[in-house]
Amino acid sequence: MRKRPWGFVVGGLLVALFLAGVVSSFASSHPDGLDSSLREGCTFDADDNITGGSCPAQREKEHEIGGPLADYGVAGIDNDLLSTGLSGVLGVLLTFAVAGGAFWLVRRRGPGEEVTTDRQPASRGVPGRE
Amino acid sequence: METLAMHISNGIIDGPVAAVFAAVALAAMAFCVLRGRRDLDDRLAPMAGLVAAFIFAVQMLNFPIFTAGVSGHLLGGALAAMLVGPWIGALCVAVVLVVQALVFGDGGVAMLGLNVTNMAVLGTAAAYLLIALLLRVLPRTPAGLGVTAFVSALVSVLVASMGFVFQYWLGGTTDLGGNLGSLAGTMAVAHVLIGIGEGVITATTVVTVAKVRPDLVYALRGLRSAPASAVPAVGGAR
Repeated sequence: MRKRPWGFVVGGLLVALFLAGVVSSFASSHPDGLDSSLREGCTFDADDNITGGSCPAQREKEHEIGGPLADYGVAGIDNDLLSTGLSGVLGVLLTFAVAGGAFWLVRRRGPGEEVTTDRQPASRGVPGRE
Repeated sequence: METLAMHISNGIIDGPVAAVFAAVALAAMAFCVLRGRRDLDDRLAPMAGLVAAFIFAVQMLNFPIFTAGVSGHLLGGALAAMLVGPWIGALCVAVVLVVQALVFGDGGVAMLGLNVTNMAVLGTAAAYLLIALLLRVLPRTPAGLGVTAFVSALVSVLVASMGFVFQYWLGGTTDLGGNLGSLAGTMAVAHVLIGIGEGVITATTVVTVAKVRPDLVYALRGLRSAPASAVPAVGGAR
């Protein structure tokens, strides 16, 4: 019996949406391990601008694209909670669409799965055929 | 909220080295597509989409790492390798990095090859080698599965961070005056601590999935006695 994964996938997506949409606003805002290593040797002001010293982070250049969701916020939304949460939700949905869509397109349609005639709706609990 | 740059930004590594690693990453991803297609059936494809989306979400959750002013976040290579296998797993991490670079301004587009090489290729490869080894020697219990996830995740983060140090040695834009060792040391200490967080998240997630749906954990395929469940593992189905 081969159970279908769809129910689990929907449940997992809801968890991911909650993490990216709500919990993300309470994440640490300190620089991560890479960033902080590159900032070693420099001093910073309250706005995170380099005020002195010498460190690899000084050579950092602008991002090529930026865009309305740059830095995990939605441009134009001033409320931090809403901005971060909404960008997270959009990111989860976009990542699922891109990855899920691409993997679905290149998946193997081998024997034993009967995908050619398989038109069953994505419902769980339908016992798989042998 | 402040800027949240999590990956290598533009200007940190010089152009030629970034271009070389773009080629390396592209070749590795092409190989993963070819090799991974064998695993990728109707059940794994949606699961792989979920794994990518889940990694994106958890990467947003920076956690403190007990050294002042530094945080860490999931990289995801070990988690992906355990749930969907090394080939599709590496592709999952790569998709996350591409979305982050193109849409979220995180990690320079020109630096994408460097980031993919470190986190998707090196991180996932290191994790999977350890997973394959540990699942053979450890007891087939939830504890054994959890320890496998924890150790492989920790090591994969350290390996990925050393990938960056190597790239910086090749093409770092700031002359460290022969002081690469201190960058390596700072990176190693931070990433061992981050690796502990990565290990906890990975082990918790994998053990949970193994309890709910052991048939959806790639690493458990072909193992006769699936942990924490009476459901027989799908016998080596590929």
